[in-house]
Amino acid sequence: MKFGVVVFPGSNCDQDCVYVLKDVLHRPVITLWHEQTTLQGCDAVVLPGGFSYGDYLRTGAIARFSPIMRAVRAFAQDGGLVIGICNGFQILLESGLLPGAMLRNTALRFICRFVTLRVERTDSPFTNRFQEGQVIRLPIAHNEGRYSIDAKALQTNRGQVLFRYCDADGNLFDAANLNGSMDCIAGIMNKAGNVLGMMPHPERASEAILGSTDGRLVFESMIEAFSHV
Amino acid sequence: MKAKVYITLKRGLLDAQGKTIKGALESLGFQNLHAVRMGKYIEIEMDRRSERSAKQDVERMCQKLLANPVVETYHIEFCRL
Repeated sequence: MKFGVVVFPGSNCDQDCVYVLKDVLHRPVITLWHEQTTLQGCDAVVLPGGFSYGDYLRTGAIARFSPIMRAVRAFAQDGGLVIGICNGFQILLESGLLPGAMLRNTALRFICRFVTLRVERTDSPFTNRFQEGQVIRLPIAHNEGRYSIDAKALQTNRGQVLFRYCDADGNLFDAANLNGSMDCIAGIMNKAGNVLGMMPHPERASEAILGSTDGRLVFESMIEAFSHV
Repeated sequence: MKAKVYITLKRGLLDAQGKTIKGALESLGFQNLHAVRMGKYIEIEMDRRSERSAKQDVERMCQKLLANPVVETYHIEFCRL
């Protein structure tokens, strides 16, 4: 299973993703410069975190028009696995591949710390290695992570939520929902279930020395799902 | 001509910056404020032509890029340079 990590001008978590996929999980990985127009035979695409185009105008608003995004869109519509992490999530929202939008954290501060999350579903290609209701620890690092969606769309998309901010016991609390996201949403997939966006960084929590290995299960779930295709 | 585009968060969404600014204004003694909304302002200088065709273009710019219709609304004005 070959992974492609897209690099936009301003991406800064691309090499962390490459490292985890290549050196921790021993899978073939290539980077895809945003000006490229094909995915070069990749079986899964990672849109990494960072500050594509300096977050100018809105996070992800300009990156969505990069040439590579045309190929990513076609790949996603064809059922290919796509994961957007942090800024990658914001790009997926702006491109309409996922429902909703991101606003500035309610506290108007950049938040960089470990958080606890509840895994809401395990029947997805991104969470099949988790237990339902499992509380996991992953770091977040963002200024625009307040997931927002209108009430009607929230109702129709609620079942696609894979991760919610919670306390250590798995309870949903305003205090645990640091960025003020609607419905405590930290990660949501599309209706077809092959595109995931999440604000927490699984690639920063894939080795014990970094404080958590929970993030590794996200990538291992993708590998597991692909082995059944 | 010049297009002036004003972009604000939709009503009903928490405008954290606007709320903070309102609090700051009140702490400075400005009372009777109902709401403060913070938004973006974009100026676009363009060829002189009919306002109608310019308006169509700027509308499309807003829909495609300048505003995110999920959370934002926009308002466009024109003036002669």
